Amino acid sequence: MNVSTDTAAAKSFNPKRAIADKLRTLAPLLTLVALVVFFSSTTTTFATLDNAVNIIRQMSITGIIAVGLTFVILTAEIDLSVAAVANAVGITVAYFTIQPDYVNIANIPLNGALAIILTLMSALAFGLITAFGMTSIGIPSFIMTLAIMQIANGVSALLVRGQIAYQYPDLVTLLGAKTAFQIPLGVDAAGKALFIPVGWTIIVCLIFFIVGHLVLTYTRFGRYVYMVGGNREAAEYSGVNVKLVIGSVMVISALCSGIAGMLGVAYFGSAQQNQFDTYLLDAIAAVVVGGTSLFGGRGGIGNTIIGLLVLGVVNNGLDHIQMDSFQKILIRGLILLAALVINVYVEKFREKV
Amino acid sequence: MVPPTHDAINGTSVPLIELKGVSKTFGGVTALQNVDFSVFPGEIHGLVGENGAGKSTLMKIIAGLHTGYEGEMRVEGRVVQFRSARDAIAAGIGMVHQELSVVPDLSVAENVFLGVQPVKAGGIIDWSGMKQQARALIGSLGVDIDPSTRVSTLPVGVQQLIELSRVLFSGARTIILDEPTSALSPPEVARLFSALRKLRAEGRGLVFISHFLDDVLDISDRITVFRNSRRVATEPRANLDKDKIIGHMIGRGSADMHMGETAVLRGAPDAQPILVAREVGDGRSLNGVSIELRPGEITGMYGFMGSGLIEFARALFGRHAFTRGNITLEGKPAHFRSTAAARRAGLAFVPENRGMMLFRNEPVFKNVSISMLGRIHRILLKPQQERVVAQHQIKDLQIRPPLTDIDLGSLSGGNQQKVALAKWLTSLPKILILSEPTRGMDVGAKEDVIRIIKALRDKGVSILVLSTEPETILTLADKIYVVKRGTVVSEMTSGTVTKSDLLTAA
Repeated sequence: MNVSTDTAAAKSFNPKRAIADKLRTLAPLLTLVALVVFFSSTTTTFATLDNAVNIIRQMSITGIIAVGLTFVILTAEIDLSVAAVANAVGITVAYFTIQPDYVNIANIPLNGALAIILTLMSALAFGLITAFGMTSIGIPSFIMTLAIMQIANGVSALLVRGQIAYQYPDLVTLLGAKTAFQIPLGVDAAGKALFIPVGWTIIVCLIFFIVGHLVLTYTRFGRYVYMVGGNREAAEYSGVNVKLVIGSVMVISALCSGIAGMLGVAYFGSAQQNQFDTYLLDAIAAVVVGGTSLFGGRGGIGNTIIGLLVLGVVNNGLDHIQMDSFQKILIRGLILLAALVINVYVEKFREKV
Repeated sequence: MVPPTHDAINGTSVPLIELKGVSKTFGGVTALQNVDFSVFPGEIHGLVGENGAGKSTLMKIIAGLHTGYEGEMRVEGRVVQFRSARDAIAAGIGMVHQELSVVPDLSVAENVFLGVQPVKAGGIIDWSGMKQQARALIGSLGVDIDPSTRVSTLPVGVQQLIELSRVLFSGARTIILDEPTSALSPPEVARLFSALRKLRAEGRGLVFISHFLDDVLDISDRITVFRNSRRVATEPRANLDKDKIIGHMIGRGSADMHMGETAVLRGAPDAQPILVAREVGDGRSLNGVSIELRPGEITGMYGFMGSGLIEFARALFGRHAFTRGNITLEGKPAHFRSTAAARRAGLAFVPENRGMMLFRNEPVFKNVSISMLGRIHRILLKPQQERVVAQHQIKDLQIRPPLTDIDLGSLSGGNQQKVALAKWLTSLPKILILSEPTRGMDVGAKEDVIRIIKALRDKGVSILVLSTEPETILTLADKIYVVKRGTVVSEMTSGTVTKSDLLTAA
């Protein structure tokens, strides 16, 4: 009956295509291994458990932002406001907390729980405004989040007016700055016990990874995120509420950024303007370096984790080989460019086979 | 083969375009077979034939878009072998496509001189000269508008004349017009025709490709008819009428009668209409479409490309905004603002282009389940259940290969179309809208799809099939609406309908 049976069956297994799929995750993983081998062999201080925990700690705030951004990039959108929103929300939580006498900010101190709730709502508000602008008005995400970035920076500026705040609700301080547990590392020569402290930020970041991964992999919403990214028009014609999905990922991204911002100010020990500036590039780079497709529909939290580790190892490793900090900036840019080239190339390769 | 017999033309002048024995195949499929064709100065040559008969292929060869072919082409007596569209333009051949290529945000003058703006010394654009020339050019076509007007503010008929003047400016002596009247109102058609007659009087040669036989008969001096990749007739206008042309087009009385040549309509069942559209219009493509759909009935809508079918299907499914008229579903207003709302109300839609609703890089089962995930579980995914559902559909629709986890992109076109259908069949929709359901499918897959659609009808689904192919409509429909220029011009509910009935009505 069906004349095309044979040809279709012949195409059913395509090894090249399977390789192309694996390449998306394999390429960044190999990069990570290569970097670790390189830094381990060139310095003695890099390959220690102490330093490994250090790298993870350094990336955990970025990691929380990157989880939200993964959702956004999977739908083939972008969020340029993540760092600015993190900054504004971090400052907001300080704004709602009583500050020491020497801090000259006209703030509104509230009870800790209330401060956190109001702050979360401010993060939600950023997300909802972005979602509204994109889905109801139809502003492209690139421009919309650029505007939100500026607005969030403006909010930060107005709330602190050039000052620095130091106090946060207890819960925020705990999760952002305190140690959750310590890894015993034996005793040193003097007989003193050695520990590696593992901060709460790492735990929170892990929870975000797990929840993000579960949502993307095992929920209907997660499937819609991939399908909208894979072929938006087809999702639309299949009766998926595309606008709701797009709006939701923008809200998720803003909430992740907001929480990262709250923990971040506690992690830094201060809340002030422009302190998250490097996080925008880091978060986008982590998602893309990890292999999540810039065209949407492919990738996930697993890729983002690899991407974070690659960036973390680069940032940390370059310190260990005593590289000129000015060169470091350039090197990071080159690594991002290389990742973009690989990302686009993998996509093309997959289309061809 | 009928030789050209236009005596007045054949007398002395050299044809602007002359093709002899031209054949073209695409990967083993013959698109043109041994075709002769000519256009003389001062002639409007009408070109008609069904979709896929070979008109477009011929025109693309003349316009330099298809470069590999057998046979010989001469332009004004010289043998040519174009390597690109640029060569064709340089040889004095211009083309006005059905989809206009004007730039809406630029002025009339800028559009006329697109890419070749006149410059003064130092490379500065000569705006005043440009406007003057533009005014003269479009004025010669009988349009008087300010050349600095933005093109997007002008009606489509005027935009078309602007594109035509651009082609004239490029120095075209032969101009090919592809479906130039499909989007025009009658007064706009009249204006276009007077412009075309002026060009003819100037000694240019025009090829007028159209499905609108009345228009072709109105304007042409000679008419060539294509059928199945062959030229079956070239005759002076005076020898032809609409019936004769249709006869040539479908080969009446010949042996190639096949599926979908005629249909006996079942007449409207007694059932109450489930969906009623009244005077649906959008101010552009739709000028008041009224139809009724009944459960257990396949309603066919037939019309040419650009008749508004595509827009109407989308208007029903919440993808195309309409500004007047109303649609009711089971008596309740059904003005859907999103496809998700339409789906919830029980509508399903398979668009004409499969890529529009399928995920090439995802496995078959995800493609099948996307529209019904919410019914498996509100929040969680149950991939095993999705596979069961997909397996069921694969068996029902005989999708080959019968694998749930194979990437959709590796299926053949016909099987992809079945997956597009399968998406909506797990829980039956109230109304299934199918745009060009069998286009580009091999015979076996086509029969499968037809069988599936009829089975759904028998289960009580109300089905709307929209197509520009008469065979599709005649094979499937129990009731037919013929749509022309955004409005229903004919409703056929009973009796025997033939292909020529449809072609005559449209």
